[in-house]
Amino acid sequence: MHELSIVTSIVETVTETLAALPDSSRGARVLEVRLRVGVLASVIPESLEFCYGIASEGTPLEGSRLVVNLLPVVVHCATCAQDAELEGVQSFRCPRCGEPCNEMRQGRELEIDSIEIDDGEVKQ
Amino acid sequence: MTTRIVELRRGILKKNDELAAGLRASYAAAGVLVLNLVSSPGTGKTTFLERTLRELKARGSRVAALVGDLETDNDARRLATSGAPVRQINTHGICHLDAEMIGRHLESWEDVTLDGLDFLFIENVGNLVCPSSYDLGEKIRVVLLSVTEGEDKPLKYPAMFNSADAAVITKIDIAEVCGYDRELALRNINEIRPGIRIFETSAKTGAGMEEWLGYLADERSRRN
Repeated sequence: MHELSIVTSIVETVTETLAALPDSSRGARVLEVRLRVGVLASVIPESLEFCYGIASEGTPLEGSRLVVNLLPVVVHCATCAQDAELEGVQSFRCPRCGEPCNEMRQGRELEIDSIEIDDGEVKQ
Repeated sequence: MTTRIVELRRGILKKNDELAAGLRASYAAAGVLVLNLVSSPGTGKTTFLERTLRELKARGSRVAALVGDLETDNDARRLATSGAPVRQINTHGICHLDAEMIGRHLESWEDVTLDGLDFLFIENVGNLVCPSSYDLGEKIRVVLLSVTEGEDKPLKYPAMFNSADAAVITKIDIAEVCGYDRELALRNINEIRPGIRIFETSAKTGAGMEEWLGYLADERSRRN
């Protein structure tokens, strides 16, 4: 249940990013924030979205959409010498050969991928 | 309206990860083996850790513990009966420990310096979800599971079990009366974290403790 602190961190990071933009973008409004979230990141997308509305109030992110791109687990199978995507998180075995796999290549991500902003209201 | 995309590609927990990396470096420089103990509430982390501290101390190891809890200092008082220095971290509603809390409590801990320790144990808040996202700079993450909790716990909390380096089954002295299915529990843990080292213990009778303490000694000597 730490989604609120995660969302607060998203709002801080995006606000800092906006502040670092050139002067011509001052007053830019955020339309969308896109996240990359691994299925093993221990966050619930619905919870993130719920908290996002609260945490973004009164910030340049207010009213923007939060888009969560959920990433499946990808393991490296030593037997097949290939990466393989897992269908779920109930069994860490190679879907091709069935051997147990301990080497994760994807699945724990918790990052801001990109933001979509509107510079439109700025008069040059 | 002029819209555009700004690429960020930034970890949301980057601040915690950076602090944890700093802690990891300071643990390594001091030569202290740091373990992060995670489990549900009621698994028996405190009882298991109290016995571990006591036994390590009896063997001449220098040990200390940080213990996270929402409100009380009950666990710290219980752990302190082992004779080891123990410090409570009250999170006041926060469901996990983070690297900033660890750093702050280590820095202001008058009785303990990392240089003077062989082992530092961090008992996390009882929670199998949130602590899995927060790196504390530990070398070994230990997930604990009691025989009373249900053999499918690893399947229910795969993020935590998959992130662990060792698993400890607690309360095996009451396994029979609980109808504990040992084979199923071990199989489920291995399904989520193939090949993980598993210790079957009872802090009450001492069963399995020798093997666990041997593991700790091996891991510690591997560091030097």
